[in-house]
Amino acid sequence: MPVSNKDAQHLLQVQNLEKRYVRASTVSQREEVTALRGVSLSILPQVTLALVGESGSGKSTLARCVACLDKPTSGTIRFGSDELTKLNEKDLRAIRPKIQLVFQDPANSLNPRWTAFDIVSEPFVIQQRFSNQERRERTFALLESVGLSSQKASQRPAEFSGGQRQRLAIARALALEPQLLILDEALSALDCSIQAQIVNLLFELQSSLGLSYLFITHDFAMAAHVSDEIVVMDHGQIVETGPTERIARSPKHPVTQRLMTAATASQVLPRELQAV
Amino acid sequence: MNALLEIQDLEVAYRSTAGRECGALAGVSFEVYPGEILGVLGESGSGKSTLAAALLRLLPPNGKFRKGTVRFEGQDLLRARQRELQKVRGGRIGLIFQEPSMALHPTIRTGEQISSVIAAHQALDRRALREKTLQVLAKVFSADANRIAESYPHQLSGGQRQRVLLAQAIACSPALIIADEPTASLDPSTQQDILELLRTLRDQLHCAMILITHNPAILAGLADRILVLYAGKVAEIGPASEVFGSPQHPYTRALLKCLPPPLTENLRPRKSKLTVIPGESPNLQQLANGCRFEPRCTDRMDVCTTSEPAETSLSRHHAVSCFRYGG
Repeated sequence: MPVSNKDAQHLLQVQNLEKRYVRASTVSQREEVTALRGVSLSILPQVTLALVGESGSGKSTLARCVACLDKPTSGTIRFGSDELTKLNEKDLRAIRPKIQLVFQDPANSLNPRWTAFDIVSEPFVIQQRFSNQERRERTFALLESVGLSSQKASQRPAEFSGGQRQRLAIARALALEPQLLILDEALSALDCSIQAQIVNLLFELQSSLGLSYLFITHDFAMAAHVSDEIVVMDHGQIVETGPTERIARSPKHPVTQRLMTAATASQVLPRELQAV
Repeated sequence: MNALLEIQDLEVAYRSTAGRECGALAGVSFEVYPGEILGVLGESGSGKSTLAAALLRLLPPNGKFRKGTVRFEGQDLLRARQRELQKVRGGRIGLIFQEPSMALHPTIRTGEQISSVIAAHQALDRRALREKTLQVLAKVFSADANRIAESYPHQLSGGQRQRVLLAQAIACSPALIIADEPTASLDPSTQQDILELLRTLRDQLHCAMILITHNPAILAGLADRILVLYAGKVAEIGPASEVFGSPQHPYTRALLKCLPPPLTENLRPRKSKLTVIPGESPNLQQLANGCRFEPRCTDRMDVCTTSEPAETSLSRHHAVSCFRYGG
């Protein structure tokens, strides 16, 4: 499918993406695994796209390709006006700040020996941006924007709760003013009440900073609440895609239906609660 | 009906490396009746995993019982001798841990790992043991029990490993199964399968279950009664239909409102803000006087800052620890 002018407004456009890994199953045998097969999707500015599927469906592989952490075997990833698969490492360095990642487990994605200040200001150091004074100011502003007081800047990850650590990871991801935030199961490790806090923070940041989100999750109920569009993956392929309302109302593909049943079965409860 | 398990005023504390004590459970009392599923709902730091470990006296070395009793089938487990306790562990009470990949030995075939549980409690010859193992596996796998028994844990999927753990727990037909976050690391549809299996096993074996989780959605439609744990204390306990249908404790109410709205009903518009519980669970090393939920509570009164509420019965089976209901 050629890129038409109409599509030029897309922030991210993935076309026909394929990713094959070679897995050495034994010493002599090599096995090829196709993690992504003909995946195409696009994200508009300020839009949340939820990527749902079971583990092994290729969600995280897609995220890694989009974030330029992995090179796809074939296909194109267009971000703004750049074709990411064709860029060399030097040019990628200029793009990377615009696409940032937040991972599932903040305990493992933050350096335990660093202070909150070190963690959030590291992107400035890597990208060699700003003077020391400005780095300080920006770091404190970032901490504040995710709801952490600047007094906490000298604390280390172990002194933060799970929710606060995830806020820290978000602050770090926002440091270089990205346009696209990839949230890879970013809520899954958190308690329900903390999930709600982080979801609200994400809503706020989206409207104040104009961010787009690629929201990866296996929780269909949460996906349906936070997203504008849903993409359902299974075995490396997209099996259903469309506006969230449409999919939540009438899921077509059996995989979508199965994911939804799992979500609705566990949702006996809020409905009962509505009576309160 | 006589209670199967009676826990009274259980207090457990951990000693930190600095020598300070941190109370993880502060006077927890409840009962479990034969054949029921009691759901224990608590966020991180509420003491729910401590509870699971404490019931079988499996606390880590720095954990200490301060007071209380744990009476199971008439026996006080906290004062029982080790030999007595070994008969209960895995025999009368089965335990399922959170992480199926960590709870199984990586280099021993799963069949053998189940046999060893049976062998610890029953004197059987090799053939009988093998037969019994396959019988137990057949209860949790609809087919392929033989193949599973010959497999190593790494050859199984997460859901299959969780089933093997279940098989271990039911191997000696226990009266009670304690499951700590049994579905935490599983896919949503596998999760549903395992929850369904728990229900089937309860119906077949008539055993009671304590199902510990941070996710209210898991307990909906499965648990008969719900115990809500907050910062080491029972906030609310009652029949699931009442606790979920009309939660009374401000914490339970707030917690249930945090969940995303149901898929099928457009009661709240999409991308609307979720209700949150402001703040975070208290630091158990620096507890202030007063109710433990008071700093985050929207219903607080003056009395809440000065003393802790006691459990108040709302009906025969439903109790709440909150001054709104007398305290």
